[in-house]
This record gives sequence, C-alpha cells and structure tokens, in this order.
Amino acid sequence: MSLQPVVFPGRLHRAGRRARDWGPAVVVLVAGIVAWQGLVTALDIQRFLLPKPTEIATALRENWTFLRYAALYTFGEAVAGFVVGSAIAIATALVLARWRPLGRALLPYAIAANAIPIIAFAPIFNNWFSLVSPIPKIAIAAVLVFFPVMINTLRGLTSVHPSSIELMRSYAAGQAATFRRVRIPNSLPFLFSGLKVASVLAMIGAVVSQYFGGLRTTSLGLFIKERAVLARFPEAWAAIVVASVLGVAFYLAIVLVERSALRWHPSVRSVRAE
Amino acid sequence: MSAGPVRPAAVSLRGVSKRFAGRGGEGVSALSPIDLDVGPGEFVSLIGPSGCGKSTLLRVVGDLVAPTGGSVQVNGKPAHQARRDRDYGIVFQDPVLYDWRTVARNIALPLEMLGWDRQRRAGRVQEMLELVELTGFEGHHPWQLSGGMQQRVSIARALSFSPALLLMDEPFGALDEMTRERLNGELLRIWQQSGCTIVFVTHSISEAVFLSTTVAVMSARPGRIVGVVDIDLPQPRTVDTREEPRFFELVTEVRERLRKGGGAEALAEEELLLVEEER
Repeated sequence: MSLQPVVFPGRLHRAGRRARDWGPAVVVLVAGIVAWQGLVTALDIQRFLLPKPTEIATALRENWTFLRYAALYTFGEAVAGFVVGSAIAIATALVLARWRPLGRALLPYAIAANAIPIIAFAPIFNNWFSLVSPIPKIAIAAVLVFFPVMINTLRGLTSVHPSSIELMRSYAAGQAATFRRVRIPNSLPFLFSGLKVASVLAMIGAVVSQYFGGLRTTSLGLFIKERAVLARFPEAWAAIVVASVLGVAFYLAIVLVERSALRWHPSVRSVRAE
Repeated sequence: MSAGPVRPAAVSLRGVSKRFAGRGGEGVSALSPIDLDVGPGEFVSLIGPSGCGKSTLLRVVGDLVAPTGGSVQVNGKPAHQARRDRDYGIVFQDPVLYDWRTVARNIALPLEMLGWDRQRRAGRVQEMLELVELTGFEGHHPWQLSGGMQQRVSIARALSFSPALLLMDEPFGALDEMTRERLNGELLRIWQQSGCTIVFVTHSISEAVFLSTTVAVMSARPGRIVGVVDIDLPQPRTVDTREEPRFFELVTEVRERLRKGGGAEALAEEELLLVEEER
C-alpha cells in the first residue's frame, strides 16, 4: 500500500509525457479526417474522385472478412520478402566488406541493378512461378528490399574510425574478431535505417505485384485494381487504408526493435534522455 | 598495483626510415633514418612540429605501420612478433572507446581478446577503475563521460593486461589545459605504480619536460631525431615541479633544439606563449 503513492505518480507522469509526445499527431489525424469529410460534403466532390471517410468506413465494415484475410496474407508475403531480401543483403554486405576487391568489382553492377524498376519484373516473375503462387510476390519484395539494406550495411561495416582498426590490430586481432567486436556493432545503426526503408518497400512490392495477378481471396492488390475498374471506389480505398495501417505497423515494429537494440546510439539516446 | 611482475621492456630502432607512396612515383619521405633506444621503465617523449612523423614513428614501434627500411626491436624481438605477443598497450589522441560498450566492457576488451574468463576480467576491471579513479562509473557508457574521463578509460584499457610498454599518441592533445595538467600528474602516478615503459608523442614542450625521463626532439619533415635531452628533474614530480628553475632551463633547452631542427616555428604558437607565461 505504501508503494502506491510512489508508483502511481511515476506512471501518471509517463502517461502524461506520452500524451505530450503523441498528442499533436493524433490531433492532426482527427482534424485531417474531419476536414476531408467536411470538404468532400461541402464541395460536393464526386465519389469516384474522392469518397467520404464515412463511406470508406462502411466499405471497410462490409468487406471486413475478406480484407482481414487478404491483408494478413499480403502482409505475410511482404514480411517473407523482407526477411529473405534482408538476409541475403546482410550476407552480401559482410562478404563485400571482408573482401574489398570483390566489392570494388561488384558494387558498380549492384548500383546499376538498383536503377532497374524492379516492379516491372512482376508479370515476368508471375510467369516464372505461377500466378496464384505467393513466391513471385515474395521475390519482388525481396529484390526491392535487397539494395537499401545491402548498401547501408556495407557502409556501416566499412565506415569505421581508422584508430578503431589500429586498436584491434594492436591486440593482434584477426578479421573475425574485428568484425565481431567493431565492424558489426558499428554497422547496426546503418543496418536499421536500411531496414526501415526496406519495410516500406516490402509492403509496396507485395501489393503492387498483386496488381499483375494472384489468387482473388488473398490479394489486396488485385482487389484494389478490380474495385477501381468497377468504379467501387470506397472499397478500393478501404483496402488501401488496411494496407497503409499494416505498412505503418511494420515500420513501427522495426523502430521498436531498433530502440531496444541500439540503446547506446545517439538517435535512441536523445529519445531516452528526455 | 597487483598487476603482477612487469616484464622488462625496451624499444630499439636502428636506421628506421619511412617513405609514403605519393604522386609522381617519388613518394614522400616521412622519416629519415632514425636510431633510438628506450630502456626498460623509461618515459620517453617524442616531440616535434606537426607533420614531423612522430606519430608515424610511434606506429612503426607498434607494428601498425611498416617501416621502409631499418629494424625495430620491441622487448628484444621484432616489432611484428611483439605485436602478436601483445607486448604493448596503445592510447590515441581520440579515446577510441566503443559507444556500444559500457566503461567496464571497454576496459575489458583486450582481456576478452586474451581469452580471460568473466570473473577474472571483472576483477581486473575493478583494479583498473581504481587506478584511473573512475570507480563507480563501470556501468556508464563512454558518451556519458567528459573528455578527460574518456581518456582515463582509454588508459585503463591500454594497461588492463599489464603490457610492459605503453605507446601514447598525443593522448591529452584534445583536452583543455587544466584537465591536461591533472592527467599528466595522474599518468606519472600510474607509470610509477605499474612500472611500465612509456613512449609518449606530444607537441607540447612543457608536457614533454614535465613527464619524461628523456625527450627526443624531432625535426620537421622528413622527421629525424635532432637531439636527446635527459630530464634530470627529481621524482616524484608534483605541481611544484613546473615552477622550479631547472624545469624552465630544460624547457628552454628543448625549445632550442627544436629551433635548430627548424621545428620551433612550426610548433603551436600558443604553446610557446604559454611557456613564456609560466615564467
């Protein structure tokens, strides 16, 4: 009992701080939706141009069973692509950082490959595997994810202060020890900024590659495309809202992992110091 | 310190030279043939103008830079072997602490490399924290400490495995004058407690004279040793040492040697002014 007066103000204080941190953003969101609703009604904007939020909400409710299933399936494809693409990217970065001449030989091609609009391959990937298979979607997401993760990780592995390397040399440390104790920890902030970009790209890759075909019950992208063709825009918008929420959730999940993994890093420190 | 018996350390340089590859194939000569002997337990400072190659010379001793010619012996063995045997600790101008490690784990880094178990590491870390007067800060991260405290952690890390030789590359160059003088005093205490040999690079005349048993004066590029000044100030040295007439005589002598080597003009002007003020 005697503890409560101590614990409670602490919690209250934290809740208050959280409200201060998030309050403005929530106000903007609510005001944005209200303004949207008000403007569409007042200006009598046609539904095919921009439906009202209430109409989108209705469509969301009516299609909820499908949307929930397709969204989770699509999200699964995005996450699978993210995991596969990131794993290959990290492994590639380690190899290129360890054998620098190899990096110099291959990096120009990696950069050139990055300029290719990957999404254009979606119909071809669908053809390689099967239209209804999740593999071409995962593959598109993985290829999109690869480059930002690889290039960021490589930069983190190689942008180490020369004195840090000299210090490890003075301990007669081999390459493995230098990677484990210096290069890899040093690369983590870079890796996470790559992963944050990648989480967004993975979701885009999964949804957009579904535009080019897929199983009707599992494809958020196909649903959006077909409803748009049928001029059932509130339903298309409802699917977009669901995809957006999942994309934001994915991004925030990475941010949470980053915060716990990088407690020592300035970007996280400043948050904690407040 | 209960660091155990310290092995005899000595550095012996014979005809050491260094050329850096440069444009036009000629390259830049950083070090003219250099001979230098450092006896066990000595505190030798290398002083010279910026760019005279004193840091390069220190790295040659540590086998971090390969000399173009000549031979380098550390503890009676080739420098390469000495590095493999982890015969020396090194302190840079930047503390080079890892932000992701706590103070304790930064100090324990070389001990991990040597394969010490956790308990032994923890014991030694406590001893080192005591030595550099940072007890209680073991759980802090480097960025929570001041510059002077960070450099003390760096010194603790360099000495944690009781190397017989400590190489220091302008370790206090980035610190303010008051912190620097306090750390000079601490370094002398640590040196006497550990009994190690120290090779110390600096561009501060007063710091070199205050700390050293011998000051080796280097000329501007290509660096060579233009004079060796024995510092016969009594040990242990205290804050009063800096006010003794003999201290100023030695400062003047080092400065004269630097001037003859063409280095005094290149030395930081503020440093010369400071010596004048101390008078």
